[in-house]
Amino acid sequence: MAEYKLMKGNEVIAEAAIRCGCDAYFGYPITPQSEILETLTLRQPWLETGMVVLQAESEVAAINMVYGGAACGKKVMTSSSSPGISLKQEGITYLAGAELPCLVVNVVRGGPGLGTIQPAQSDYFQSVKGGGHGDYKLIVLAPASVQEMNDFVDLGFELAFKYRNPALILSDGVIGQMMEKVKLSPVKPRWTNEEVIKLNGSWATTGKTADRPRNVATSLELDSARQEQFNHKLQAKYKEIQEKEVRFEKIACDDAEYLFVAYGSSSRICQKAIDLAREKGIKVGLLRPITLFPYPTKAIQEMAEKVKGILAVEMSAGQMVEDVRLAVNGKVKVEHFGRFGGMIPSPNEVVKALEDLIIKG
Amino acid sequence: MTEEIIIAGFGGQGVLSMGKILAYSGIMQDQEVAWMPSYGPEMRGGTANVTVILSDNRISSPVLQEFDTVIILNQQSMDKFEKAVKPGGVLIYDPNGIVRHPKRKDITIYKVEAAEEATRMQSAKTFNMIVLGAYLKVRPIVKMENVIKGLEKSLPERHHHLIPLNKQAIDRGMEIVKEA
Repeated sequence: MAEYKLMKGNEVIAEAAIRCGCDAYFGYPITPQSEILETLTLRQPWLETGMVVLQAESEVAAINMVYGGAACGKKVMTSSSSPGISLKQEGITYLAGAELPCLVVNVVRGGPGLGTIQPAQSDYFQSVKGGGHGDYKLIVLAPASVQEMNDFVDLGFELAFKYRNPALILSDGVIGQMMEKVKLSPVKPRWTNEEVIKLNGSWATTGKTADRPRNVATSLELDSARQEQFNHKLQAKYKEIQEKEVRFEKIACDDAEYLFVAYGSSSRICQKAIDLAREKGIKVGLLRPITLFPYPTKAIQEMAEKVKGILAVEMSAGQMVEDVRLAVNGKVKVEHFGRFGGMIPSPNEVVKALEDLIIKG
Repeated sequence: MTEEIIIAGFGGQGVLSMGKILAYSGIMQDQEVAWMPSYGPEMRGGTANVTVILSDNRISSPVLQEFDTVIILNQQSMDKFEKAVKPGGVLIYDPNGIVRHPKRKDITIYKVEAAEEATRMQSAKTFNMIVLGAYLKVRPIVKMENVIKGLEKSLPERHHHLIPLNKQAIDRGMEIVKEA
């Protein structure tokens, strides 16, 4: 069993970044994700792979460094927690507008404002409905285990480069701080400059030769007709992502009369709630969105045909529940249950909410 | 088999590392494990606790309200977690500094004088391993050979010379634990 390690979710993000051939990390410390920068600094990957690790002077500087690295066609990333991610929003919309791939990690804490350092899921709207200005989308992955923290770094970069779009790992203080058994990905070498030119030379600034036109990484287009055309192109890309990249997991859904919809750490709590509810004879299942954009709308629609009611469980005042309601479109009752401000619902509370809000309600 | 444990005491008592060794021991015998600490303001000079889950199956919630075993190492944790033991479960505590002793009749309560024993062993740092020994005597969920492997994994190599002392402390904990 030597290949398994016991690691914190945050430490695994750092390790996975090195292993997937990431070229640079730019960040700024904030609880509960500081272990990402700490682990990278301890590991000194610049000696091993040449990966750059830099503590920027601020979150705003870090995301703009990401813009620079991404424009060169390199695999670059940043991470932060909620207030820091808010600071990065301008840079994120510029990255989306310039069609630059990158990976952003948000280990969410309770808000609004400086809020609390304890876990929350109250950045759902920010992550999937915009966050910054303009009509853009991020590819949003929601890990529910330390293993998925490892797996989604590679997947996030893969999707980001496939669609030339920023990808976001939406984690939280539970998954970031928890240690679990993890099998780390095999080491992939960083791209050589020749590989960067071959793979990304059509848009990246790297590799300009005398006979190649220069590539410009910008989100500025003052000609409105052309900007509209560009927006159509973006929308077509988001549509393609919605058609091809939806990921979700169903647990105990075959005989389910009721359904939980929950992502990330809430989905773990719901799995325990399923066990407790089934001991009482309540047949409930779980649909866990793994991608939050694209959202598993069709899968929820299909479940709405089979169950009597749906409870969306989220550590927020009720954000994702809106997308569940859109999917269900009034077919069955949908309610939200959540704790917030850094409080974590217990599995027992979730079962009680299912009974009170859906079964009796 | 699934065992859900919380270990609660003061920051600095070695609560988190005890949990880590237990979790590593689980990995060594091919089990699923989760280790979820309290973090942030709770830790600073106050109480520290860690939830450890070992299971033969995929682990669901790392955040729980009730536990199979609760290990309590200070009064604040007693006030907070005595009620968190599942009916029929186990509570293990060090009576050192405890003024309000546990009263529940529907659980089995054990005492381990770990702080006193650590002083006797002239090594305050063995405290958490004495407690771990007490736990493993009451709930032998991991084999001793896997605990030693867990120690090797979770201690940096420069501390590996301390493994025999840790083993001795675990043995001592097994000897001195008694039903309250």
